[in-house]
Amino acid sequence: MDNLDQLVASATSDFAAATEPARLEDAKARYLGKEGSLTALLKGLGKLPAEERKSVGAAINIAKERIESALATRRDALKSAQLEAQLATEALDVTLPGRGLPRGSLHPVTISLDRIEQLFRSIGFEVADGPEIETDWHNFTALNTPENHPARSMHDTFYLLGDDGLVHDDVLLRTHTSPVQIRAMLAHTERHKDLETMSELRVICPGRVYRVDSDATHSPMFHQVEGLWVGTSVSFADLKGVVADFLRRYFESDDLKVRFRPSFFPFTEPSAEIDVAFMSGSLEGRWLEIAGCGMVHPNVLRCGGFDPEKYTGFAFGMGPDRLTMLRYGINDLRLFFEGDLRFLAQFH
Amino acid sequence: MQFSESWLRSLCNPLLTSEELCHVLTMAGLEVEECHAASADFSNVVVAEVLSVEKHPDADKLKLCSVNVGESSPLQIVCGAPNVAAGMKVPCARVGARLPGIEIKRAKVRGIESFGMLCSARELGLSDDHGGLLPLGADAVVGEDIRRHLDLDDHLITLKLTPNRADCLSLLGVARELSALTGAPLLAPEVKPVAAVVADTRQVVLDAPQSCSRYCGRIIRGVNARAATPEWMKRRIERSGIRSISFLVDVTNYVMLELGQPLHAFDDAELSGAIHVRYPAPGEQLLLLNEQTVTPSADTALIADDAKPLAMAGIMGGEHSGIGESTRDLFLESAFFPPAAIAGKARALGFSSDASHRYERGVDFELQRKAIERATLLIVDTCGGQPGPVTEAVSVAHLPLRPPVRLRTARAARILGIRLGADRIEAILRALGLTVARQGDDFLVTPPSFRFDIEIEEDLIEEIARVHGYDNIPSQPPIAQMAMMSATEMSRTPMAVRRLVAERDYHEVVTYSFVETAWEADFASNAAPIVLANPIASQMGVMRSSLIGGLVGILVANRKRQTERVRIFEMGRCFYRDAGAGPVAGFAQPLRLAGLAAGPCLPEQWGAPGTRVDFYDVKADVEALFAPRQLEFAKTEHPALHPGRCATVSIDGQAVGVLGELHPRWVQKYELGTAPVIFELELAALLATPFSQYAEVSRFPAVIRDLALVVPQNQTLAPLLAGLRSSAPAIVRDVALFDVYQGKGLGENEKSLAFRIVMQDTQRTLEDAEVDAVIASLLAVAGRDFNASLRG
Repeated sequence: MDNLDQLVASATSDFAAATEPARLEDAKARYLGKEGSLTALLKGLGKLPAEERKSVGAAINIAKERIESALATRRDALKSAQLEAQLATEALDVTLPGRGLPRGSLHPVTISLDRIEQLFRSIGFEVADGPEIETDWHNFTALNTPENHPARSMHDTFYLLGDDGLVHDDVLLRTHTSPVQIRAMLAHTERHKDLETMSELRVICPGRVYRVDSDATHSPMFHQVEGLWVGTSVSFADLKGVVADFLRRYFESDDLKVRFRPSFFPFTEPSAEIDVAFMSGSLEGRWLEIAGCGMVHPNVLRCGGFDPEKYTGFAFGMGPDRLTMLRYGINDLRLFFEGDLRFLAQFH
Repeated sequence: MQFSESWLRSLCNPLLTSEELCHVLTMAGLEVEECHAASADFSNVVVAEVLSVEKHPDADKLKLCSVNVGESSPLQIVCGAPNVAAGMKVPCARVGARLPGIEIKRAKVRGIESFGMLCSARELGLSDDHGGLLPLGADAVVGEDIRRHLDLDDHLITLKLTPNRADCLSLLGVARELSALTGAPLLAPEVKPVAAVVADTRQVVLDAPQSCSRYCGRIIRGVNARAATPEWMKRRIERSGIRSISFLVDVTNYVMLELGQPLHAFDDAELSGAIHVRYPAPGEQLLLLNEQTVTPSADTALIADDAKPLAMAGIMGGEHSGIGESTRDLFLESAFFPPAAIAGKARALGFSSDASHRYERGVDFELQRKAIERATLLIVDTCGGQPGPVTEAVSVAHLPLRPPVRLRTARAARILGIRLGADRIEAILRALGLTVARQGDDFLVTPPSFRFDIEIEEDLIEEIARVHGYDNIPSQPPIAQMAMMSATEMSRTPMAVRRLVAERDYHEVVTYSFVETAWEADFASNAAPIVLANPIASQMGVMRSSLIGGLVGILVANRKRQTERVRIFEMGRCFYRDAGAGPVAGFAQPLRLAGLAAGPCLPEQWGAPGTRVDFYDVKADVEALFAPRQLEFAKTEHPALHPGRCATVSIDGQAVGVLGELHPRWVQKYELGTAPVIFELELAALLATPFSQYAEVSRFPAVIRDLALVVPQNQTLAPLLAGLRSSAPAIVRDVALFDVYQGKGLGENEKSLAFRIVMQDTQRTLEDAEVDAVIASLLAVAGRDFNASLRG
């Protein structure tokens, strides 16, 4: 039996010495192949007496299993080694950059407008849109801005030339988004005219507006967002609540200070300017004028088809350009309109 | 409106610091835009009298002065000012004084000890005048602190008044407001009539009563037009931002600032006959004080005498009738011109005056006589003269009305969202000088003649809110009716489209809606764009009818900044005339989305080819924006684009935009080097999204066959593909192009288009025979309709 143990030991050691699959198969043939030493032992069994044959046969089989097991172990080891070698050669520089198309960017004011829309949508405001070449009636008259109001002068308002080369004063480039208020009110009151009491109108109107003005802080074209809420019990306290809530959410600053100060707009009464003050950062503690607002003037409600005795409402208008500048610390309004990719690519 | 705090406090002096006072005004709607000290900070400077002046023994330009500063013995001070003289009173900075930039110490000047410094206005930071010492009045009290003497602890306050608050365009008006806000008493100047000394008058005729409903005039004879303006008056008007000119001019400005009534002084010697307020004769001209000759419009009232026009009523005086140094006799005017008669007139002539600013917003129509008496008293006190009686012409029917306004306590609560008691409301209204008749919890309120902004109930509610304080109205989360908003699957928001474009590596830009005329011609062939009447600059003169110009402009700008790869988009309105368009009749204003890609396809990176972006790259972007809807592209021509590389984009047969390479002509003109690819699409088409359609998914295997067809070189894909698809039987799930080949093995005017045909049935496995039959039928169609043959 000792020679069987020796044989197993010898096979195991031969297998271990084989460092490639082909060599291992050669070694296998030496023990388990047709001419192999173990095969020879099995062939020799027949020559043994019958009473020994069984026990010797069992011993040879055990040795055979041990050799086969050693072979399998060695095969696995070689396969693993081979795989590892392959994996090593296949290894990538994972720090190389990914290939393909990067992402573009959204204009910073668009990002602001989107956030403004989302915040107001979250309390049931819809978004309305209106024309930028607007009628004088929608832009001024319906907004209780009398004929001789300074805002109507050529000084502030862009007018158009007709085909005849003369100034047409019945149409203009809208000077604010407030005319969309009128359009939204008229559409709402028309839609609900058969109801005893109309449902509430909550709408914001973002868009481009135009004024004859151009310097570091004024652009002849800029953005505005108008907001309007008309219902049967809408008050100045509600206006304060909604606008202050909005400003704190927009700037993500719960300690933002918001104040309302009396002012004058033809289309609201009472009217207010809204100032904010940040509690940190480079503008800390300074009051910054950020929006105008007020209770919708009864004449404006009437133009929109509402009975001011039955319905009240508030409106506000703010400049998303300025909000955006404050939010991201942008110091020059003109950057918004110059299309410098180095600037634009910073916003996402 | 600028004024001195100390002047205001002489009329109403609440127990508030300057800062608190400004805050009270701002929070009541009189926004304090600026508040700054009247002088720089300094101390220990007193009124001194120069007793004697001797020459400095060792310096030609220096003098040795003996100066009385109110102490037992005089001080010795060395002084270099040219105007120093014995007997004059000047400011003296004592040893230890800190002036702007210097500290005064005991010093030896050229060997002589000096105990202080005599000061010029500049050394005290009061003005730029350093020609010599600042001379003080003979009545100045020696030893008095100069800050007190010159009222230097004052502040200059600038209000940014809203146009409705004309009543606060005077010190009296601001003081009245301050009194209502704080409860501090109003100390209005007492104005007593000045008795006539002479009987001379000029008749006043109101020929245009709707433009002038009250006119007070008065002759003052024998005034000394060279009299100096008293220091206190000069200080007050200068701290209100008005230059002191001569006493007679200053006094009219002073009364205007104090009471809010513009006055005008005529040289009576230049007048003949009666004073008429009338409209101009056709073509009548007038030379104004600002040396502008105007031809007033027919509805502009003039002040005239029997012979000639003298002034534009309420706007500006005439050059020839004004007062001067030689004036002996004055004719003083104090009139009421209603806002509607003045509004816009000065602006139409390109200027603004203090008078027109006040009149077009509203001057107290009960103030004219009081103001003329106030001015008369000040004139007579300072430059003598004998006043005549006041002539007052009034057209009561044309004075503004002050109908009472009803105010309901309940309505105020509803508008403001807080309950204020009727007593509180009444107290506020009375404090504001309104006449109140109470009926239970409601009021009938009559506004005073100085308020032009109280016509309806809401105006009163604003007054209540203002005085009560906006800060004292709570910020309240609103209670509202809840209703879900619609959320259709059939459309998406413009924002969603923007995100989609940005995902494909385009950067959003915003460009002006008004563009250069050349852009409209070049990129839209628009020879008659919508022209602005008053553009801000000639290159922003017309409304864009296409977004393409703006994008090319941004490309040019970025190329100048050496950015090679530019991918940008804009969403915005375009404008063109269209008789049938609305909602503003005659003007189409569609929203569009346009994009531009130039330079390499991909940003420079390893392992990717550096190919330049071409038509098909951008076509894929356009297709992705509309996916899953199928677009049709057809060759077209467009003024901005390369005629051979330009397509209309259609959906369901409806054109929704264009796509193409910029025309080489514009590439050259705008110095772009290489051509960008551009698309411009109607936003409305992009917002529509199809409702998802379900089709059964087959469990049986698909059969895939390829079919390579040789076709003439000029055969376009779309009709061939459409022909194959329309003739394919139901089992054909898809026919798709997968290769285009030209060259070896094909004729010169041939190309090969290879299609992959996918066949599948939802109910059974397909048999070879039917698959073969399908391929044969497709080949037959291609051969018959498109002259195609199977590639060998």
